[in-house]
Amino acid sequence: MKIAITSNGKELNSNVDPRFGRCSYFVIYDTESKSHEFFENPNKNAENGAGPASVQFVADKGVSKIVSGEFGMKIKSLLDSLKIQMIVIKDPVKTIQDIIDMLNK
Amino acid sequence: MSPRRKRMRRMMNPPVVKGFKPYGQQYDLKKSEPVIILFEEYESVKLCDYEMLNHISACEIMGVSRPTFTRIYASARQKIATALAEGRQISIEGGRVAFDKDWYLCQDCKCYFNNPDMDMEIRKCPLCKSENFKFIGQSTVKETSPDTDEELCVCPLCGYSIKHMQGKPCKDNVCPECKVPLKRNNLL
Ligand SMILES: [Zn+2]
Ligand SMILES: [Zn+2]
Repeated sequence: MKIAITSNGKELNSNVDPRFGRCSYFVIYDTESKSHEFFENPNKNAENGAGPASVQFVADKGVSKIVSGEFGMKIKSLLDSLKIQMIVIKDPVKTIQDIIDMLNK
Repeated sequence: MSPRRKRMRRMMNPPVVKGFKPYGQQYDLKKSEPVIILFEEYESVKLCDYEMLNHISACEIMGVSRPTFTRIYASARQKIATALAEGRQISIEGGRVAFDKDWYLCQDCKCYFNNPDMDMEIRKCPLCKSENFKFIGQSTVKETSPDTDEELCVCPLCGYSIKHMQGKPCKDNVCPECKVPLKRNNLL
């Protein structure tokens, strides 16, 4: 299963980016192969439509869950229609490594 | 007694806290009543003043008419101002709002998550695998609107409702549109 995590950097010790649509990087983590890959978010500086474009971006990678800090309005209905689960992290701030460790528990 | 459609106001994100407490009081304010802010009022301020959306988009998101929205928003601001000026607690509750989907809070890792596939039952936290999570999506939302004291079986997704029949469990009725079992309105 693939899971997208929004990240503010491209290291495993980067923090989870609280923004979904305009996060700096997406980490795609594969729970089967235990591998991860960082992708720069092409919609990071988009004027508008960053949310739906980011949904498209991660949906194309075949993820079934997304970990982020907050999902905008339109994003939720889009993700619902794609049956992608949202996992919202508020506090405390976690690193990508923390999330991967939790997923592997 | 024909089924009737009643649109529930939709709320996309559950509030992150149940309320706010003032601190550093100059004198004892404990006796003052908390200001009750309804979910829909909370949502209106969040959409307009936090997400910086215009009123038209905010109405669309909440599924209410423009005049209704204006009323909700004005009431919200009045209440928040009262709490600020009088140093009163704010308690967020009630309101005629349905969360868009089932939402859960993991008590261990404190993440929120939804159930995107209503056919599947959530058994553990998708992040930390804890079984210690609670359903927050609908159980914390109470029907407080005075015009709906009657008992209804309501679809948790779209708000479709029929009158509740004594002795007949709500879940025996299925929403014709969403195909999910209905729930009692006062449990929503
Ligand atoms: Zn958890
Ligand atoms: Zn329905």
